[in-house]
Amino acid sequence: MKHYLILPAFILIFNFASAQNKLYSSNKTEFSFFSKAPLEDIEAKNTRANSIINLSNRELVVRIPVSQFQFKNKLMQQHFNENYMESEKYPYATFKGKINEDLDLSKAGVYSVSANGILNIHGVDQDRKLSGKLTVGEKSLLLETLFEVMLIDHRIEIPKLVFKKIAEKIEVKANISYSPYTK
Amino acid sequence: MRKIFLLLYLLLPFSALAQEDLMKLVSDSNEVFVRSATFKATRIINGHSVETVGKNNMDFIISHRFDRINRGFEEFFGLDAATNRLGLEYGINDRFMIGLGRSSFQKTFDYFAKYKLLRQTSGAVSTPLSVTLFGGYAIRTQKTAPQLSGSDRSSYTAQLLIARKFSEAFSLQLSPTLIHRNRADIFTDNKTVIATGIGGRMKLTKRTSLNGEYNYVLPNQIDDNYKNNLSFSFDLETGGHVFQLLFTNSFGMTERQFITETDGSWGSGDIHFGFNISRTFSFKKKSRLNP
Repeated sequence: MKHYLILPAFILIFNFASAQNKLYSSNKTEFSFFSKAPLEDIEAKNTRANSIINLSNRELVVRIPVSQFQFKNKLMQQHFNENYMESEKYPYATFKGKINEDLDLSKAGVYSVSANGILNIHGVDQDRKLSGKLTVGEKSLLLETLFEVMLIDHRIEIPKLVFKKIAEKIEVKANISYSPYTK
Repeated sequence: MRKIFLLLYLLLPFSALAQEDLMKLVSDSNEVFVRSATFKATRIINGHSVETVGKNNMDFIISHRFDRINRGFEEFFGLDAATNRLGLEYGINDRFMIGLGRSSFQKTFDYFAKYKLLRQTSGAVSTPLSVTLFGGYAIRTQKTAPQLSGSDRSSYTAQLLIARKFSEAFSLQLSPTLIHRNRADIFTDNKTVIATGIGGRMKLTKRTSLNGEYNYVLPNQIDDNYKNNLSFSFDLETGGHVFQLLFTNSFGMTERQFITETDGSWGSGDIHFGFNISRTFSFKKKSRLNP
């Protein structure tokens, strides 16, 4: 009965190998957000996120360790983690989605892309359509996107007793560069 | 048997890589999480916590201790009189900070440095405790008769602050302490006093907590009239400020004063109401985000 196994095994290997060839993983990421506030602007940067794109089915995932957002004001960073994002309870923000446009991403060029998927922040899932720009180079990809996050959508509470006003909408900017995935 | 393999064969093309598998692939096994906010401020109440001020951040701390509550109504339960301490603290980097302060009580100036030796982490590297070293110097400048030399008015403090954040809501700290006074007020007192502090924080809501702190002086070192320092506080944070509303049996706010020279007794109602307010400023140059 061994021959029953051989074919599936081959297919499995080829399938996986070809899927692997079309996997691109992030080698450099930068997420940042900015919010205008009267006393001190709220801004932070995170370079510890990871992402993978599967070019064969245009699926992509992004995983951002929330506590790695770096603020100038360390007390603000503490508040961000402890009071707003509860990052010990919800350590990651994630996006699982699929690029909508049926593009041939093996050709170099700059493409406008959008992706539908689930954005999870603060443990709350939201169906979102995010759009951005994808620059395809030789064995490299660069994804740039800008999107807004409504705090209320993710049940991030703004306390009544905050001297500083905090915007209810935060603008997030992301730059992710990818190279072929290697394990 | 054959059917099973056929089925497997049919399913294979679809099993390639689902999003969940991609999610597993992006997981970074080298991630290390530093536990933040073991305590909210650089003080538990009177004593230092393992926390330091962040890099290029400056904390301005205003502290007040009112007179004893048992002064009664005529003195408005102690509120008619107060001592204060104004302090500035600066983070050289995320582990090392320096600070200075001036207390009205005995017109004391204090200078100190703190270094985070270990940070509690989880993830790829797991560290169960945070450990911070503290070194401080204080000098009284109040005129006395006879006038004492500068050296006689000086004291030194060394502390090993060991803390663990057990859960999101509960942190505990142990603070073995060595205080050296070049000249003790009561001359039978030891010049070098060994003590240990224990302090904790219990979060009530996201922005409020209850803190407690007790400084135990090991026996037979100081006069029996001195009491161990015990304090409780309610902490409230609002954006850039941390307010601590507190009750303590000590008037002074430097280590020598509250650890070795506390004369109030909780049992007799020698309790001082007080507060610490800290405000953080950041001095880092305009960030690279929006050049």
